[in-house]
Amino acid sequence: MPSRIVGGIALSHVPSVGPAVDRGKQQTPAWKPLFDAYGPVQDWLKKLRPDVAIVIYNDHAAEFAFDRYPTFALGVADTYPIADEGFGTRPLPPVKGDADFSIHLCESLIEQEFDLTVCLEMGVEHGFLVPMNLCFPHTSGGWPVKCVPLQVNVVQHPLPTARRCYRLGQALRKAVEQYEEDLRVVVLGTGGMSHQLQGRRFGFMNEAFDQWFMDQLESDPEGLSGISHEKIMTEAGAEAVELIMWLAMRGAVSPGARRVHRHYYAPMTTGMGLISFEDG
Amino acid sequence: MARDGGRRGPKRLKAIPDTSIFDLRLSRKGIRLNRLCFSLCDPRNRDAFKKDEEGYMEKYRLTENEKNLVRSRDFKGLIEAGTNIYALLKIGSATGHSLYRMGAQMRGETYEQFLATRNIKDAV
Repeated sequence: MPSRIVGGIALSHVPSVGPAVDRGKQQTPAWKPLFDAYGPVQDWLKKLRPDVAIVIYNDHAAEFAFDRYPTFALGVADTYPIADEGFGTRPLPPVKGDADFSIHLCESLIEQEFDLTVCLEMGVEHGFLVPMNLCFPHTSGGWPVKCVPLQVNVVQHPLPTARRCYRLGQALRKAVEQYEEDLRVVVLGTGGMSHQLQGRRFGFMNEAFDQWFMDQLESDPEGLSGISHEKIMTEAGAEAVELIMWLAMRGAVSPGARRVHRHYYAPMTTGMGLISFEDG
Repeated sequence: MARDGGRRGPKRLKAIPDTSIFDLRLSRKGIRLNRLCFSLCDPRNRDAFKKDEEGYMEKYRLTENEKNLVRSRDFKGLIEAGTNIYALLKIGSATGHSLYRMGAQMRGETYEQFLATRNIKDAV
């Protein structure tokens, strides 16, 4: 049986979640609402038994410098080290990759005219690791799934359009379904939701926008993919434009996929959203 | 003949009040600052920066204006000078300023004033 996508999750990758995990603060009053929302997600993922997680995320000037900055970069390695973002390296096991599967994805995506930057080595940081902490807790033995990191430029404008990201997701689905090995794949689209981290508008959030975005992501992703960067940035804050990566995930699951989880928590400066879909 | 056959050119993002948009113009302007920040992902470089900030800024050929912005920990000014926010976090960390402290300064508030505007201020 060829590979298939069994589920997709869109979720925020707020960096402060990392130290909260490392210091065991998951059950403190401020963090409990967030972490408790992921218990059912982790149980669901155990039932889905994915072999590989494709994690669509953005680097935050840890591994990719602006001097040469890829629009889409895909990792092709059997191991991805934990990157130092400038605050020290988190005490996490290295992430296992599946280089053969990554090679197939590159071949298929480039054939489908997505001209990726291919990375034979890349470190991963909070954009990638926080979603992993929330969905796939590690043990001393490592992480429970292999991963493929897919890095998107959502930082240095011009960015790929939301629709381009949605189409990338659709191409990713096709690529997965072409792979001969029998792999069960989940796709994580990370980032957002509303937040702005600079200027006098630092700390801006918009829950109404975030809830609307989750509604549309579920019911009308094709329509939502027409959203402009300007609309996201004006209504939800400049850094909320990361939400275009949620559309990449949504493109990778089928339009009629069943929504399973949905949660929202906005304690400090970011609307932390979660929405998941089960496929097939 | 117009090279685009008369069609409109690419859309430029409109300015958003109180917001910096990190585009290629700003990235070129901030190239020295962003290179310095990026280098701070290496612990040896962080040590070198903390030991001799002036020498480190000289090594990255910062202009006098850029050096002054770093010296005065003017985070709003550093953003306006083209430092990307995620790059700025590394200078913040090396100088003992968390994101939320830098943000309070950018809003023109004290840290305590800023925290008072948050829904759950212990989720830091």
